[in-house]
Amino acid sequence: MLKNKSLAYPYLVWMAIFIAAPLLIVVYFAFTTAEGKFTLNNLTGIAPYTAVFARSLLLAGAATIICLVMAYPVSYFLSRMRANKQHIMLMLVMLPMWMNFLLRTYAWMTLLEKNGIINKILGFFGIGPLQMINTAGAVILGMVYNYLPYMILPLYTAMVKIDDSLIEAAQDLGAGTWRTLTRVLIPMSAPGIATGITMVFVPSVSTFIISRMLGGGGNMLIGDLIELQFLGNSLNYNVGSAMSLLLMVVVLLCMSLTNTMGDEDVEGVI
Amino acid sequence: MENPVIVSLQDIVVDFDGEPILTGLSLDIHDKEFVTLLGPSGCGKTTTLRVIGGFVEPKSGKVLFNGKDIKSLPPYKRPVNTVFQKYALFPHLNVYENVAFGLRLKKMDEKEIHSRVMEMLETVGLKGFERRSIAKLSGGQQQRVAIARGLANHPKILLLDEPLGALDLKLRKEMQIELKRLQQAMDITFIYVTHDQEEALTMSDTVVVMNKGHIQQIGTPEDIYNEPKNAFVAEFIGESNIVDGVMRRDFMVEFAGASFSCVDKGFAVNEIVQVVVRPEDIQVVPAIQGTLTGVVKDVIFKGVHFEMRVEQAGYEWIIHSTQASQPGELIGMNIGPEEIHIMRRMEE
Ligand SMILES: Nc1ncnc2c1ncn2[C@@H]1O[C@H](COP(=O)(O)OP(=O)(O)O)[C@@H](O)[C@H]1O
Ligand SMILES: [Mg+2]
Repeated sequence: MLKNKSLAYPYLVWMAIFIAAPLLIVVYFAFTTAEGKFTLNNLTGIAPYTAVFARSLLLAGAATIICLVMAYPVSYFLSRMRANKQHIMLMLVMLPMWMNFLLRTYAWMTLLEKNGIINKILGFFGIGPLQMINTAGAVILGMVYNYLPYMILPLYTAMVKIDDSLIEAAQDLGAGTWRTLTRVLIPMSAPGIATGITMVFVPSVSTFIISRMLGGGGNMLIGDLIELQFLGNSLNYNVGSAMSLLLMVVVLLCMSLTNTMGDEDVEGVI
Repeated sequence: MENPVIVSLQDIVVDFDGEPILTGLSLDIHDKEFVTLLGPSGCGKTTTLRVIGGFVEPKSGKVLFNGKDIKSLPPYKRPVNTVFQKYALFPHLNVYENVAFGLRLKKMDEKEIHSRVMEMLETVGLKGFERRSIAKLSGGQQQRVAIARGLANHPKILLLDEPLGALDLKLRKEMQIELKRLQQAMDITFIYVTHDQEEALTMSDTVVVMNKGHIQQIGTPEDIYNEPKNAFVAEFIGESNIVDGVMRRDFMVEFAGASFSCVDKGFAVNEIVQVVVRPEDIQVVPAIQGTLTGVVKDVIFKGVHFEMRVEQAGYEWIIHSTQASQPGELIGMNIGPEEIHIMRRMEE
């Protein structure tokens, strides 16, 4: 253990300059007019965009659930493999993360296009062409593809700690597969589930690249909206800050929700 | 004494990665007995237990429970519960919920669960610990929770895999007595695995001695100790002197250069045999009165007795005696007919 607390000072300074200060600036902009007067109009001005907020939460939520459902069994089997195989498989899971994020998403664009590879193959069987690009489904797919490893890793980390003998003990006491899952595996991997949900949901709900590249104009998310306020033709720092602030509150709410699930007080369960 | 057979293993074969672990093991276990599987580490005790529990499916052979084949029955449907080697308590549940785990699965009503759990905790001496988290228990207490959890389901058989292995000597002795008492109080079958021969002899009705995936001998502790079937059993169950000998005729054996009367018969004339003599069964007498004479090499005090190594015509004898001789002293040794145990030579 490091005893010398002064070693943490560089980070404290970093935090003050690059995290706390910008946050204060965002708060300032969110509650002032362009002339610097206090106002709540920025926040109330978000009301027309409720649908965009709802869509963001919905798509990010769907992507998170799909990631969880897909990653859970994968992580379980990964955690039951022999140690040397586990390392190879983990590398494979992380492999896509080594490629540039934009590149990966571009790749999906060409795959999903009207005359992209998938539609060509489908056409070969007399199906389609299907409208895949520029749909909500494509946005969810992009989120799942990009953030799935962030779900697998924490789940795997939680599950390697569960000894085989605990699973056997559950079976020994009369639990079949389903009840071993619900009474032992899920409660014991809850911290991993909470971390995984946070790590997928937070970037998904605030993304703007995935929605712009795969969602077309019809699937605008909060991220896109905020970007428009700062860089696009709407150009309104004050409304943009208010939106950022609201997004932050939403994210914090969701995180505190999953965190209470993660470290549920085990002694109070009775 | 002979209760009906509750579990019967017939010709069980188990391989791991092509490596034979059990090669045709057969064993009948009688109802309400305390049966111990005893053998050195790696001999297949745990594997045998796991075959009964349903965690290892044998490649061939039958597992009969009350005469019915349960080979394909999954663990959660078997009327058997296990106390695992490392306890395997659920860390996300407290003591109460660990013990109640199996009962909740049975959809028992809350009142009944409560009374059963409290009864079990009382039985293992953990009343008042219901709300304690598992991490805050000592090794001995965790052990008791594991036993209570296994027994709460009222299994027909409780399987215990070296449950006292991690405890210190004093606690282990206490728990041995406790377990024996529990088995009698619950009136069910215990199948107990250990590599500690003393533990096996103290607790069991029947001891099954195993080596390299084979059963060497099955019998009561007295049988196993006094009548070991081969040199492996003799050596594994306590210290012994094992020497080669020749059966001259019935009730007469020759070894270490002298003839002895014995109580064994039915060997061929001049058959080469192995002779087992327990260290405490050699009488030390003045040199001229001894059938064998030897020189004391060293003497160690062992608490209750002295252990002496005696050199005699190229043999080395270990003797346990309450009276010490001096190193270098010439002594005589006598062995009574009852104390000589003859075994057929072990084919390796
Ligand atoms: N799951 C397994 N995979 C491969 N080999 C195993 C496995 N379990 C046990 N073995 C091997 O089987 C042999 C018997 O093991 P075990 O039944 O645990 O012995 P014991 O309990 O008597 O010490 C050992 O050589 C052990 O290495
Ligand atoms: Mg073992």
